[in-house]
Amino acid sequence: MAATTAVLQSEWTKVRTVRSTVWTLASAAVLTIVISGLFCLLFRTQWDTIEEGARAQFDATSQSLSGLFLGQLALITFGVLIISSEYSTGMIRASLSAVPQRATFYLSKVAVAAGITFVLGVIVSFISFFIGQAILGGDLDTSISDPGVLRAVFGAGLYMTLMVLFAVGVATMLRSPMVSLGILIPFFFLISGILSAVPGAKDVARYFPDQAGSKIMRATIAPDDPAPYSAWGGLGIMALWVIVALIGGYVLLKKRDA
Amino acid sequence: MIEAVGLTKTYGSKTAVYNLSFQVRPGMVTGFLGPNGSGKSTTMRMILGLDTPTAGRVTVGGQPFRQLPNAPRRVGALLDAKAVHGGRSARHHLLCLAQLSGIPARRVDEVLGVVGLQEVAGRRSKGFSLGMGQRLGIAAALLGDPEVLLFDEPVNGLDPEGIHWVRHLMRKLASEGRTVFVSSHLMSEMALTADHLIVIGRGQLLADMSVKDFIAGNSTGFAMVRTPDVAADREKLTKALTDAGAQVQQEQDGALRVTGLELPRISDLAHEAAVRLWELSPHQASLEEAYMRLTNGAVDYRSTADPRQGLQQPAGAPAPGGWGMPQQAPWPQPVPQQQPYGYGYGQPQQHPQQPPVQAYAPPVNPYTQPAAPAAPAAPSAPQPTEPVEDAR
Amino acid sequence: MIELQGLTKRYGDKTAVDDLTFTVRPGVVTGFLGPNGAGKSTTMRMMLDLDNPTSGSIRIDGKHYRELHEPLKHIGALLEAKAIHGGRTAYNHLLCLAQSNRIPARRVDEVLEIVGLAPVAKKRSKGFSLGMGQRLGIAAALLGDPEILMFDEPVNGLDPEGIHWIRNLMKGLAAQGRTIFVSSHLMSEMALTAEHLIVIGRGKLMADTTMADFIAENSRSYVRVRTPEPEKFKDALAAASIIAVIDDEGAFEIEGAESAKIGELAARNQLVLHELSPQQASLEQAFMQLTAESVEYHAGGPAAEAGEAAAPAPQWGAAWNTHTGKEA
Repeated sequence: MAATTAVLQSEWTKVRTVRSTVWTLASAAVLTIVISGLFCLLFRTQWDTIEEGARAQFDATSQSLSGLFLGQLALITFGVLIISSEYSTGMIRASLSAVPQRATFYLSKVAVAAGITFVLGVIVSFISFFIGQAILGGDLDTSISDPGVLRAVFGAGLYMTLMVLFAVGVATMLRSPMVSLGILIPFFFLISGILSAVPGAKDVARYFPDQAGSKIMRATIAPDDPAPYSAWGGLGIMALWVIVALIGGYVLLKKRDA
Repeated sequence: MIEAVGLTKTYGSKTAVYNLSFQVRPGMVTGFLGPNGSGKSTTMRMILGLDTPTAGRVTVGGQPFRQLPNAPRRVGALLDAKAVHGGRSARHHLLCLAQLSGIPARRVDEVLGVVGLQEVAGRRSKGFSLGMGQRLGIAAALLGDPEVLLFDEPVNGLDPEGIHWVRHLMRKLASEGRTVFVSSHLMSEMALTADHLIVIGRGQLLADMSVKDFIAGNSTGFAMVRTPDVAADREKLTKALTDAGAQVQQEQDGALRVTGLELPRISDLAHEAAVRLWELSPHQASLEEAYMRLTNGAVDYRSTADPRQGLQQPAGAPAPGGWGMPQQAPWPQPVPQQQPYGYGYGQPQQHPQQPPVQAYAPPVNPYTQPAAPAAPAAPSAPQPTEPVEDAR
Repeated sequence: MIELQGLTKRYGDKTAVDDLTFTVRPGVVTGFLGPNGAGKSTTMRMMLDLDNPTSGSIRIDGKHYRELHEPLKHIGALLEAKAIHGGRTAYNHLLCLAQSNRIPARRVDEVLEIVGLAPVAKKRSKGFSLGMGQRLGIAAALLGDPEILMFDEPVNGLDPEGIHWIRNLMKGLAAQGRTIFVSSHLMSEMALTAEHLIVIGRGKLMADTTMADFIAENSRSYVRVRTPEPEKFKDALAAASIIAVIDDEGAFEIEGAESAKIGELAARNQLVLHELSPQQASLEQAFMQLTAESVEYHAGGPAAEAGEAAAPAPQWGAAWNTHTGKEA
């Protein structure tokens, strides 16, 4: 049994020695922070023209994290590439020859992906939050010590981590980077959002990983929120998706010829 | 007939090919040899008008390729096996090429038959193995029924049957009076295929002669002599042969390897010494051996340029030997400077600061690895007790 | 030592590898031969536990691959040249493999030096030629200084010097008592490298024998004699009732008698010989003959068809029967 710490170290080396890691993670950070800032600026300058309903929905915390909507696409790309590049380059055969214990190999990869994203995610969330609050200014902003705010900001980091792991699981099942990205990116960028606005599909879309998981990022839950789960409950639903995807990936990795 | 006169190609300050003059004659297979980065591909590309020479010229049938009327009917080439649009079927790929050069579509099915791809002709070439891609490339080369054919590493990816087939195809094309020019790294394969050789190193001509002369000129054959299994006989014969000026080496199985005497003379000497012979066989040196000798020779004159390179590239300094490095050991005829030629991935590029005149002349070799570094844990390489037999 | 026991692999109803049983022994280079599609690559992938056998088992020094502690220290493999992430440098590629098996980073520099890639160690492998990729793959195989090494088509893309080097590397490693298993399509190269052969065709074991025996069993061998006194020699042969054929150059070709016996015969008759050499067919000829027979034996159908259709050249993939070892 190859020692797990050695395999973790190896996976860490793999991640840090390719450029795609740097550019996907950097664009995730930049997109999240910049887009969040722009949304905050938009709300602040347009506040007077915003209708009452929307004002009631306004949550300064989630507003300052709203760039994650785009940032998550870069994170998904990171999660997909971490595993599918092994397949597309043929590296998987060298990797599995070196670590034939599929579980050790897979869990190390997942752990490294989770570790990196969690650290980055929490940092980006806090930066995005504080910049967002600064832009929103005295009337609209909120404080990290307000109820639910710390949970929301920290939760954004968890959300990012789970999103990457979901991508890892799906990409392990699909192997091809093109197919994985071709499914995941449109789904989270368009389909999930569209379905959650369609009356009939709304009730189902509510349980999609991104819809359920993003509830953690609101400090205050709107009184008329129809979702029948709490913030943590939503994150739990997302975690279930992730677990299913990861298990699916593992089962196929173990069963399939490399 | 392909004719190169003073052919030179420089890329910026790097010289890929320098002052090459040679002729590739019809009616035989001409092998084109040289280490990686020696300028073989560049030369082939210039023959096909894909690259423009910096100086000199190369003609096919008396005219530069680009001025040849109806070039696809006169010259066929296999350069890069997978220069094929993967989404297109094998037949369509060939059909496109045929239509471009006014070759009837009927011919496409003919060449598909020749290379044995007719069963997969409708399949997209994306799913082709390397060997199938190679066959498709050969089909494209044959399409115009050209009198001049160029093949770059034709047996890449083929299985033994395919290798056998390509070898016979080339010999057949040559016997039909065509000009067949083949580059390859496989010396043993070349020895079976080519009649004539052109060898280049560092972009310069090293040899242009028949395979037979090349082997004879660059290596030594020997005779294998076996006597009845009696030490006294063996010693008597060894003494007689040594006295006659031969070099005699005893093999592990008791046979004698005799260099420097003709077979009939050995026979006579054995007769005089009253030693019966159980075997007396001529052994020709291999093409590989001859090739390595020649290119090693080329490396020998590197000494003139070496010191400067050492200053420029301290990083390339060799480390002391140790681990398992058979590569430093068993070359049969020890040459004073035992530098394996060309760990050269296009070395010229490594020296952009070098004046062009230096880039080609002395074989400068930053990739040279005289010895491997020491690994304390690993066992040291065994020094072979006898040279490894390279001749078959 | 690698032991295969009844190894079988099926894809749907196609059998890629069919009940293979053989042992790859240490101390010699074992060649692994077979036509395209014979199941060589599948077998090698199963040996590395990359593909799961349908049935049968493989033991590496008595253990299943998955039971190996840090497998790179037991078995190193070059499967295909470019099993490499092109965006990673040669050094980092080897480093992440080394780390997973707790091989010191120092060793990475060593193997890069051994294969001659040290000067390009910090370059991304994307720009590597086929030959350089091959050398990097060989470096990865050597990383753990393993007792067992597997090479699939190792000379692909190498230049003559590289071919010479890898051949001697493999022989040297075998001489150290390691187990070396090499597949190749280049018969002439194999003839120079391997001492033992395992030949498969259509997934089945066809030969597991030494190189010399393989050639002797699968082709014609004879003794070639040249003499300045052919008439006297002819009489001597006739007296000993040995049958000989005279070739175009006037040399005798004698089948069914050892060269020693002919030497003694010549000595008794006071005959001068200018050549007395046992001739053996090439490995390629022997291989072609063996596989040709197997195809005829295993598949009657396509044989007749191919013979008809392949006027100028053999049919692809099904044409073992059209070329037997005719070549001189």
